[in-house]
Amino acid sequence: MARYIIKRLLIMVVIVWCAAIVVFTLMYLAPGDPARILLGSEADDNVIQMKRVALGIDKPYLMQLGIFMYKTFVKFDFGTSWVYNVPVMSELAERLPRTILIGFSAMILNVAIGVFLGIKAAIHEGKWQDSTIMIIAMAFISAPDFWVALMLIILFAQKLGWLPAYGIESWKSYVLPIICSCFGGIAVNARQSRSAMLEVIRADYITTARAKGQKEDVIVRKHMLPNALMPVITSLGNGLTSIVAGSPIIETVFVIPGVGAYLLTGLNSRDLPVVRSCVVFLAIFSSIAMLLTDLAYAFLDPRIKAQYASGRRTR
Amino acid sequence: MSSENKNIKRQPEWIALCRRVVKSGGAKLGAIIFAIILLFCIFGPLFSSYGPNDIDLMSMYGGPTLKHPFGTDALGRDMMARLMYGGRYSILLGIMASFCSAFIGIVLGSIAGYFGGHTETIIMRIMDIWSSLPGMLLCILVSAVMGSGFLSTVLALTVGSIPGGTRMIRGQVLQERSKEYVEAAEAFNCPKYSIMFRHLLPNCIQPMIVMATMSIGSVMIQAASLSYIGLGVQPPTPEWGAMLADGRSYIRTYPHLLLVPGLAIAATVLAINLLGDGLRSALDPKLRD
Repeated sequence: MARYIIKRLLIMVVIVWCAAIVVFTLMYLAPGDPARILLGSEADDNVIQMKRVALGIDKPYLMQLGIFMYKTFVKFDFGTSWVYNVPVMSELAERLPRTILIGFSAMILNVAIGVFLGIKAAIHEGKWQDSTIMIIAMAFISAPDFWVALMLIILFAQKLGWLPAYGIESWKSYVLPIICSCFGGIAVNARQSRSAMLEVIRADYITTARAKGQKEDVIVRKHMLPNALMPVITSLGNGLTSIVAGSPIIETVFVIPGVGAYLLTGLNSRDLPVVRSCVVFLAIFSSIAMLLTDLAYAFLDPRIKAQYASGRRTR
Repeated sequence: MSSENKNIKRQPEWIALCRRVVKSGGAKLGAIIFAIILLFCIFGPLFSSYGPNDIDLMSMYGGPTLKHPFGTDALGRDMMARLMYGGRYSILLGIMASFCSAFIGIVLGSIAGYFGGHTETIIMRIMDIWSSLPGMLLCILVSAVMGSGFLSTVLALTVGSIPGGTRMIRGQVLQERSKEYVEAAEAFNCPKYSIMFRHLLPNCIQPMIVMATMSIGSVMIQAASLSYIGLGVQPPTPEWGAMLADGRSYIRTYPHLLLVPGLAIAATVLAINLLGDGLRSALDPKLRD
């Protein structure tokens, strides 16, 4: 097990490096000269050239890449925002908790609600509860989350006045963003846990449990649920990453100063250190989420755990 | 086998598939909604007396009336006409991007699965790195780099979903690869591309068809999100997401500018998803009777 974890950690480091190289290259190829965007179109050519030297974007590609990789991964220096002259690290330290708070709360909500709905649907397969829940799940997948967010703002912030429409003044401001972030996940989890439940619902060991007179809710809780949860656990990492990757959109709708919004302002003003650091952070975040999912999976599923314990890993 | 003979054998299979798809109520509903929306977008403009960008400052922010069934926007443009033209962009974006990523996924996945060894390792490691940046994030980055415009948006939307398709096709090819018909084809020296794409692919492509169909919907949502945050297709192009971005400033005063395009997206995506679901159960050998 330990060897597996170490191997996975090494792979993770390499993947984050590669992600950093990819984002660096993409931004290097992006049209628009950052120095000219910073200084405005009327600036003198000499001044712009000096600015280019000061920013270090006059050097050839490989050298810039080397400096960037060295600073980021050896010295952990994420640079300073070109537009605001604020160290990116301090800004991220302030913004990351907000994004992660929304991401994790949405994740917990969507797993809890999604699995609950999925089990309900599977137990009542073919009845009205099943079709209602599946229709709801379909609707949740189909509506764009930012549009749902706008509709909820109209309803709860403007018509009813219960919750603020934007900003981060109080805990109330987080309610709508979290709700809007979890819709898609609820649907995915509901569908997944429903089909996983349906796979085991006719299994022999369930019949055995019924035959020995076990109570129905114990059968559901102890015999079916562990199997139904496995695919949900596998998709945990993916779900969390996609929520965090969607954060630029939700944060734009609710005007929340999080990492996603920071990334977007960086992109619009060609503020390269900001863009690179945000992407590197999101890549690290998503690889950690994936790693933890894999480990949880290996740890929780006795069949896979046995594979690692015996030291034979068959691919 | 003559080509005529082939046609006779093929056609009933397709019709049977369509029948199976439409057999479930959900898929039937989806097909009907989607057909209506398609007809509305393709032929609607022929009957509309307004262009999508005709500005009429006399009738700004109009509610629904007989002349403008969905009202008018901030510049007095007819929302109905904009919806019809916008649908063409939105649906075409979804279909093209899903098709492109499915195509690339099929090619890469077949190569990785068929050749194995180093080729497979290299392709799959590249896919690992590729998918370490979540799809939406990659979309946003590529879209910002490529600039706005229809084709660059298609590219941005394609890029995010390639690894998933590649993995799936590779898995399918790996399952099929050791079967006897592949061995037979190899035995009489059939060219490799022919084995990959004429012998293996038809046996591997079913889940990909389902996946591509389902992804049209999610790609449409991504396209709308991109336009909403100011990337992707830009106003005044009447793409549905761009219309939502246009209407954002009037959320307090004229919410109908937000309601209508959003409902259009949701209805289209719902129809496509229902169809995809029907397709999935029609192709699923377990559910086939």
